Amino acid sequence: MIKSNKIEEMEITISNVLKLGVLLSAVIIFIGLSMFLITGKSGYSGNYYPTNPLEILKGLILFKSYSIILTGLLILILTPVFRVGVSIIVFFQEKDFLYVKITSLVFIILLISFILGKIE
Amino acid sequence: MVLVAFQILVLSVIAGIFGSILGLGGGIIITPALTLLFGIDIRYAIGASIISVIATSSGAAVAYVRDKITNMRIGMFLEIATTIGAITGAFVSGLIDTKYLYVIFGILLLYSALAMLKKRSKELPEGVVAHPIANKLKLNGEYHDKVLNKDIIYNVTGVYGGFGMMYVAGVISGLLGIGSGMFKVMAMDLFMKLPLKVSSATSNFMIGVTAAASAGVYLLRGDIDPKISAPVALGVLIGATIGAKIMENLRSKTIRMIFIPVLAFVSIQMIIKGLGVKL
Repeated sequence: MIKSNKIEEMEITISNVLKLGVLLSAVIIFIGLSMFLITGKSGYSGNYYPTNPLEILKGLILFKSYSIILTGLLILILTPVFRVGVSIIVFFQEKDFLYVKITSLVFIILLISFILGKIE
Repeated sequence: MVLVAFQILVLSVIAGIFGSILGLGGGIIITPALTLLFGIDIRYAIGASIISVIATSSGAAVAYVRDKITNMRIGMFLEIATTIGAITGAFVSGLIDTKYLYVIFGILLLYSALAMLKKRSKELPEGVVAHPIANKLKLNGEYHDKVLNKDIIYNVTGVYGGFGMMYVAGVISGLLGIGSGMFKVMAMDLFMKLPLKVSSATSNFMIGVTAAASAGVYLLRGDIDPKISAPVALGVLIGATIGAKIMENLRSKTIRMIFIPVLAFVSIQMIIKGLGVKL
């Protein structure tokens, strides 16, 4: 009984983290897109848009609509990663060490594939 | 500009609904629609479709995780096979002629469409004996089915076959760049004999994780155009939220009847592409 309660807690925690991430990204993308469509200005010349996180962050501070959109998209991209990360913590709390290992392995493989992709 | 953005948004809502019900991610709708209907360069269409996969996954997950349809343990366990497969696929991609792969996997998908067709009258898997590894890894689970209005307890079998198929799914997505959601649902449905809703929701979870790993690369490469990806992301998020609610209230039989023609269509498309027939 106690165990199933813990699992339930875990699912609620993960669901809440996801909901927060998804809502936050949706609101930010919506603001950025509205700004772009209303003003017609992307904040950059021509069809250019930033492609790395640092440049996006710089544009965000300057309220450039494209950078606001990309910030929202970045948050969206990170939600599954957060989900895996939070799962490691929750499995740890559950003392399910086998799944702490399995989930950590997935997390490491994800990082490796990200780095490999970057080199490519 | 506003009109185009709105049209993309509406299209994305539909893609999100289908993607979340079937556990496929919506890329199969987004990519061809953006290129054929809107004349968008394939590069940006694929970038937007990666965003749509993540949006489907995370948008639907809020409901699926809360209602415990997603089996997190199965998802994590199988994710090892998929991610390693994806890396393998990326490495061998220059060495293999993908022409034949399209044909081989197209036939494999077509075969699984037939296998699914045989199961069409069954609402839930019956008489599944848990594999010893499934017991050890605590893969067996339960969820509340809203339509049947009861808690469904299920066993998991074919762990090796499912794991192997997931590896293949990863290799294919790394090699051909096509959504492996279909192979994931197939592996869980045909090999591991999970209830279809669990297969779909768990696939939904997994495709998001895998897509997130490659999304970074697409972003850095400049394939994610904000004016295209923004309406896609918003539309798919709305669609996936609606789709998740619809899926929970559908019978597995109904979901299967939507799944089979999609499967058949994509498999034939792959075979045609592999054979180099221009339409």
